[in-house]
Amino acid sequence: MTETQVAEVGTAETGMPDKLEFDVIVVGAGPAGLAAGTVCARAGLDTIIIERGRKPGTKNMMGGVLYTRPTAQVWPEFWKEAPLERCVIEQNQWIMTEDSVIKMGYRSPHFAEGVPNCFTVLRVKIDQYFAEQAEAAGALIINETKVDEVLQDDGHVVGVRTGRADGDVYAPVVILAEGVNPQLTCALGMQEDLKPDVAAVTVKEVLRLDPEIIEERFGLNEGEGATIEMFGAPTRGMLGTAFLYTNQNSLSLGLGVLLSEFAEIPDTPHDLLQELKRHPAVAPLIEGAEPAEYMAHLIPEGGYNKMPTLFGHGVMIAGDAAQLVNGLHREGSNHAILSGKTAAETAIDAHEKGNFSAQVLGHYRQRLAETAPTIADLRKYRKATKFMEHHPVLSVYPALAAWAFEQMLTVDDKTKRQKQWEIIKEALRRRKPWGMAWDAIDGGLSFI
Amino acid sequence: MSNDPVIMKPDANKGLDDRLYTVKYEVDEENSHLAVIDSETCVGCEMKPCISKCPAEVYRWLEDEQVLEIAYENCLECGTCRVVCPYDNFEWEYPRGGFGVAYKFG
Repeated sequence: MTETQVAEVGTAETGMPDKLEFDVIVVGAGPAGLAAGTVCARAGLDTIIIERGRKPGTKNMMGGVLYTRPTAQVWPEFWKEAPLERCVIEQNQWIMTEDSVIKMGYRSPHFAEGVPNCFTVLRVKIDQYFAEQAEAAGALIINETKVDEVLQDDGHVVGVRTGRADGDVYAPVVILAEGVNPQLTCALGMQEDLKPDVAAVTVKEVLRLDPEIIEERFGLNEGEGATIEMFGAPTRGMLGTAFLYTNQNSLSLGLGVLLSEFAEIPDTPHDLLQELKRHPAVAPLIEGAEPAEYMAHLIPEGGYNKMPTLFGHGVMIAGDAAQLVNGLHREGSNHAILSGKTAAETAIDAHEKGNFSAQVLGHYRQRLAETAPTIADLRKYRKATKFMEHHPVLSVYPALAAWAFEQMLTVDDKTKRQKQWEIIKEALRRRKPWGMAWDAIDGGLSFI
Repeated sequence: MSNDPVIMKPDANKGLDDRLYTVKYEVDEENSHLAVIDSETCVGCEMKPCISKCPAEVYRWLEDEQVLEIAYENCLECGTCRVVCPYDNFEWEYPRGGFGVAYKFG
């Protein structure tokens, strides 16, 4: 990127030319947009990435766990130099009541060997690293610029209108990686705006803590990381999860709740986060940690059923804007990167053919389905959200399971057989047999 | 006890100021990127979920004026208010380029 180019696009004083033309316009410098921009630029396409934040990453938030293999498909061996937090060797699932917890987890040194499985990251750092890679490949990144409108000519997307003076930019293909709030794709009529039953409000706090203390508390060696996903009480049984991730010298603690359920109660996201920090199993882990930053974001939970068409004449949609998130497996950035990459490959192909119609760009979806697990995974879990809404998986069962553990682990004058009967009776009191049968059968039908 | 729906608990968001203090903003002093389309609709809205679901307490109901006060400068740009509004009553957009929240960690 040259300074002159930035000045041309970036300042009203110098004035933008009437028409700024590129081979590809990418809207949004998140993982999807930066992956798309990198791949396009590498192929020699004149690529512009337009970002509304002051720098890439400054508007972005995730838990966040970044998976290495999908990311390396765009930036090979990035993990050897990128600003990553910790290599995750231990992943935990906690099922919680208000004051107790059933812990499960898996720890393996294999996750750190060869190509490590995943890392904890902070988005501002990692997005800026990806942005540097995109620029090194030849992409032009314009920050502090909001795209207000997608320009069309006779049903074909031909460019974008930015908030800058004379800010129209043109290209035969536009990749929209605008993030979870799909303002532009909605305006194009490519999808409906988010509804409360397909969006989770998520709040997170970064809490600074000495690396040695983190390693001691979580049983980690230097550079190793752990993740904890929490179910049940942290979201008051509503559909959602809480999480605690170890960064290099901080912890990321947060939770997300589906808005349709959350809207029914008067509590605020901040209140739930504060409640989580006071939980007897969480409080000792964050004890003494200094608040460094508080943030919020939506997570798209629509999945396969709400996935938009992904392409049109002169346009493709990637990342969160296309609902490409697998909430159950906390996977989003990997699908964002793979979708951005695949959209870019399709754009390159379209340039070779000189044809930017939906017929050619439609290969994007086909390619994504063939080369990435994204669409197949979303399809597999397409009934998950509905299932969780209709079954008390996160409310009745965690409390019941905790109660059962408490009975079996408490040694008193009752026989183990008596305890078993009491647990069965209590289970049937809390959930009727047909309810349980329905949960089990529908669970099988929804997930297998 | 009144039968009015509880919009928000009296002690809700206790300590939120300390959280928001850690957030860096570039406030667009000239214009708000958030607006209510029709104030009358808000008067008839029972739960006003935009108020309790906002992670940054951007919204406050002014009982005397019967309007929603919008502290847009606190906005974290998540979009929750727009999505949760039962009446699609928000004119919601991102702040102008370069303005709004500027995360340090993300």
